[in-house]
Amino acid sequence: MGLTPLEIEALTLSLRVGVWSTICSLPLGIAVAFLLARRDFPGKQLVNGIIHLPLVLPPVVVGYALLVLLGRNGIIGAWMYASFGVTVAFKWQGAAIASGVMAFPLLVRAIRLSLDAIDRGLEAAARTLGAGRLRVFCTVTMPLAAPGILAGAVLAFARSVGEFGATITFVSNIPGETRTLPIAIYSLTQTPGGDAAALRLTIISVVLAMAALLISEFLAQRIARRIGQAPATA
Amino acid sequence: MIEIAVERRLGDFRLAAEFTTEAAGITALFGRSGSGKTSLVNAIAGLLRPDRGTIRIGDEILFSSERRIDLPPERRRIGYVFQDGRLFPHLSVRSNLTYGMRRRGAVGFDAVVDLLGIAHFLARRPRELSGGEKQRVAIGRALLSNPRLLLMDEPLASLDAPRKAQILPFVERLRDELKIPIVYVSHAMDEIIRLADTLVLLSEGRVAAVGSVASLTSRLDLRPLTGRYEAGAVIQAAVARQDAGDGLSELAFPGGRIVVPRVDLPHGTPVRARIRARDVSLALAAPEDISILNIFAGRIVEIADEAGAQVDVSLDIGTPAAPVALWARVTARSARHLGLAPGMPVVALVKAVALDRTSLGRLGSQRSDEEEE
Repeated sequence: MGLTPLEIEALTLSLRVGVWSTICSLPLGIAVAFLLARRDFPGKQLVNGIIHLPLVLPPVVVGYALLVLLGRNGIIGAWMYASFGVTVAFKWQGAAIASGVMAFPLLVRAIRLSLDAIDRGLEAAARTLGAGRLRVFCTVTMPLAAPGILAGAVLAFARSVGEFGATITFVSNIPGETRTLPIAIYSLTQTPGGDAAALRLTIISVVLAMAALLISEFLAQRIARRIGQAPATA
Repeated sequence: MIEIAVERRLGDFRLAAEFTTEAAGITALFGRSGSGKTSLVNAIAGLLRPDRGTIRIGDEILFSSERRIDLPPERRRIGYVFQDGRLFPHLSVRSNLTYGMRRRGAVGFDAVVDLLGIAHFLARRPRELSGGEKQRVAIGRALLSNPRLLLMDEPLASLDAPRKAQILPFVERLRDELKIPIVYVSHAMDEIIRLADTLVLLSEGRVAAVGSVASLTSRLDLRPLTGRYEAGAVIQAAVARQDAGDGLSELAFPGGRIVVPRVDLPHGTPVRARIRARDVSLALAAPEDISILNIFAGRIVEIADEAGAQVDVSLDIGTPAAPVALWARVTARSARHLGLAPGMPVVALVKAVALDRTSLGRLGSQRSDEEEE
């Protein structure tokens, strides 16, 4: 049974949104997690709270906030459009931003947990061996945090692919541009006679999520072996 | 010359340690847990920032609060062997060893691998190594970063006795063959006797005494710090005769010879022998027909009352020109019965078998006998 063009469209759009939102938020997520895990600075709790807001706010609120900030007439969006002629409103890039923001707390939490678990003594040892902070970060901290970074990335990807509320509020429901899998499913359930098609998309969603989990599990075991930990038993 | 003077407050604990030592041989930091040993070496390595003070190795100042110098650890060129090894779990043994080799040094990779006997597991991961193997790799990794000073923080504490015995010769080789100055933290007197030239006694964050191992361990007033159960004197002697037939060696010191189980060292090698106070018996006259091989004539210097049934008697069994201190721990009843008193001539009896290999240390290449701080 082949996929219909509409299904392929929704699937590839979802993948594109998920991949881009994950790739773009990963460096920022690592930086923020590192700051929260290793540095003390004034307003740290406030930063921590703001990052976690999408986890507790209704997604619609986040979507609306993005619209206010980044929409064509938004505070930042209007300036971006005037200066560079670019806008993310009603574009798939906007969908990627919305799902990236929603997934960000999950990403940061997973990375921060793995940073907290690293034996700081290993970093101290590396410095006595002549490695500066940057080299220690690249050769000791990052490799040891790799499993947590991977877990966070997969979680963020899955969350991005499943993002609905913030996305539909911010960039609406435009076929081929912002109609991702969940939005397509929602549209079909609102259409008379769309149940069968909605079910097919639901199955595609489940397969996609399972595939992401399996791939991450496989990679996690390889990384665990590489960094010298016994493979985790499932 | 290594010059350390640091102050640092850590909660209720205050570290205020000050000492200087030769930039050669092994300097032991000895004290019970909580005396500030690890904080002190962390300060030397740059991992703990002192509130005040100076740390200087030779001409280079690593830290000076007055001159606002605080070199980061990676620029101090100080090797650090941690108690828990701290090998990088994600790297092979070979990559662990080469991690610090950007600072190229006098000792090459092959020489270190050879010296420590770790050639056959270079490809393995740290988790596949035994505790003793891990510590050897940790020592090698520190050496290959070309340090001007090696810090060893109880490197043997997590190992059992056979493993310790396996590693100690390697540490001796660092001292004798590579001539790298070492600051060695320990709370095991037998390791210190075997390895160290200079002893720094730490107590509650302060330096209680600095001096040669022999001079500090023979002082009754430092007994609470040097340890009660393990207490004893350290005698400097030299290998004088080997008796292969009986499996014994004779060590000469000013005033006599000590017979010990055979030590495999060339004639004339200077050694340190530790004789624990509880292995020494006293008599008023040399007994005949007795199994004990070591019988020394001496004179009582001091008698220290121990709490309870024991007294520690400090003796001089050397010559008038070169006094040699020995301690005997006897019961208070025996002391009373024999009428022991300072100045009295006595005979000290030591079983040869009480002096095993852990009580004998080969002396470092150079040493100094200066007393006190």
